[in-house]
Amino acid sequence: MDLTFLLMTLLKIVLICFVFAMILGAILTWGERKLSAVVQDRIGPNRASILGVTALGLMHPIADMLKAFTKEDFVPAGANRFLFAMAPMLAMVPPLVVFAVVPFGPGPDFVIAPLDTGVLFIFAIGGMGIYGATLGGWSSNNSFALLGSLRAAAQMISYEVSMGLNLVGIFMIFGTVSLSNIVLGQGQLLWGWLPMWGIVVQPVAFILFMTASMAENKRAPFDLPEGESEILGYNLEYSSMRFALFFLSEFVEIVVIAAMAATLFFGGWQIPWVDPQGTAGGWITVGQVAAFVGKVVFLCWVQLIIRWTLPRFRYDQVMALGWKYLLPLSLLNIVATAVVLAML
Amino acid sequence: MTAELLIFYFMAIMAVGGAVCVVLPPFGRNPLHAALALLVSFFFVAGIFVMLSAHLVAVLQILVYAGAVMVLFVFVVMLLNLKKDELKGARWTPWKVFGVGAGLVMFTKLALAVVVVTEGETPVNLAAEGFTGYGGIHDVGAALVTTYLLPFELTSILLLVAIIGAVLVARRQTGGAS
Repeated sequence: MDLTFLLMTLLKIVLICFVFAMILGAILTWGERKLSAVVQDRIGPNRASILGVTALGLMHPIADMLKAFTKEDFVPAGANRFLFAMAPMLAMVPPLVVFAVVPFGPGPDFVIAPLDTGVLFIFAIGGMGIYGATLGGWSSNNSFALLGSLRAAAQMISYEVSMGLNLVGIFMIFGTVSLSNIVLGQGQLLWGWLPMWGIVVQPVAFILFMTASMAENKRAPFDLPEGESEILGYNLEYSSMRFALFFLSEFVEIVVIAAMAATLFFGGWQIPWVDPQGTAGGWITVGQVAAFVGKVVFLCWVQLIIRWTLPRFRYDQVMALGWKYLLPLSLLNIVATAVVLAML
Repeated sequence: MTAELLIFYFMAIMAVGGAVCVVLPPFGRNPLHAALALLVSFFFVAGIFVMLSAHLVAVLQILVYAGAVMVLFVFVVMLLNLKKDELKGARWTPWKVFGVGAGLVMFTKLALAVVVVTEGETPVNLAAEGFTGYGGIHDVGAALVTTYLLPFELTSILLLVAIIGAVLVARRQTGGAS
């Protein structure tokens, strides 16, 4: 526990949580609008500029941030002021904390805390995100916000179950829940040529996991807790930076889901057939970190495309999908994986 | 006093303090505040588990109690959304007296057990003794499905009974309505 270790850890926290996750989250707010514009045959954000430089509308996240900072911070009458102030923080912190166990490259240098309970830690901390949405709606002293937060609590706790069960197959195949070891396990080759990525050995689990985690993130097609066209949602009474924190936390959660999916199903920092043990060093290590970041960005894009392609569900459909289809399918997937593993 | 002891006392005071806040005013007056005080207590108990090298139990404490059980508590509190006048003032009922008495007996028993077991023992540094996997997912999991298989399975039956009971209660209500 010497000073260099502490400083290195602090540096990693700043680089991973704030530089990587939050900036990628901010860029995703631009990506979302630009992508929706392309999908809907519009031009999208193109006006905000610094000294005439618009950079394809990339100045918009900065403009949004300034706007959020300078707007009036409104607290409704009868609100529970303490919880009203706490809720946006409770929404923002868990998605940043889970990056502690995500390996960005080979070896312990590229991960903040290489815990051997890695994936369980992500679920434990990620599950805290529910409190932000539920307490935000409850403390607002608004019936519609309360409805939104009740929906959020019910939806998130339902999908958390199948989200966790989907990964049991991965744990069984690689024999570990440590993210670093799962990535190392995915460096093996199947039949001597096919990289043993999670999506190759557990394709059903990947689809179920993405569905469950997008529902967990409360975005369309599962945006019932927000329900813009009916109840306006749990963050209805929030304004200025507090609203922006709720808004940004959803985009950081997109990055979290992409990072988890990349680590568990797309081989993490593995480049196929190149240096599966991650011991090469030099430019190959740089390439492996770049490969991980590239996979994360790709999976973020996939989530945005899904969000702008599918229409939203009705609330009873969301619940039926979670409990009657996703959960039995996840359990079937576990049984099938166990049978296959026992026969091999 | 070592740093470890200081951290332990901090966590212990916060854990006990959170638990006390659940039942005593001002937090105990509001069901949601009481639930959140219990959440604080859970987190610091998890911290004490980490200090005992019980990493898996610490993570499960957060995952199950803070992440699932408390969310359901908060959900029910919000669903009922009781106003101040609907919450009756605290009164002493025979059951509450019985509960406090049972709690005191349990506390004395446990405290005595801790004192008796740890008397004359010196702290052991497990990492230095070579217990690298101690408290990790592999060792705890192996112990659960070998040495402690019977208690483990009996606990699952207990949970199954609770689930069936909940379904039965829910069904009876809808059956009466139709």
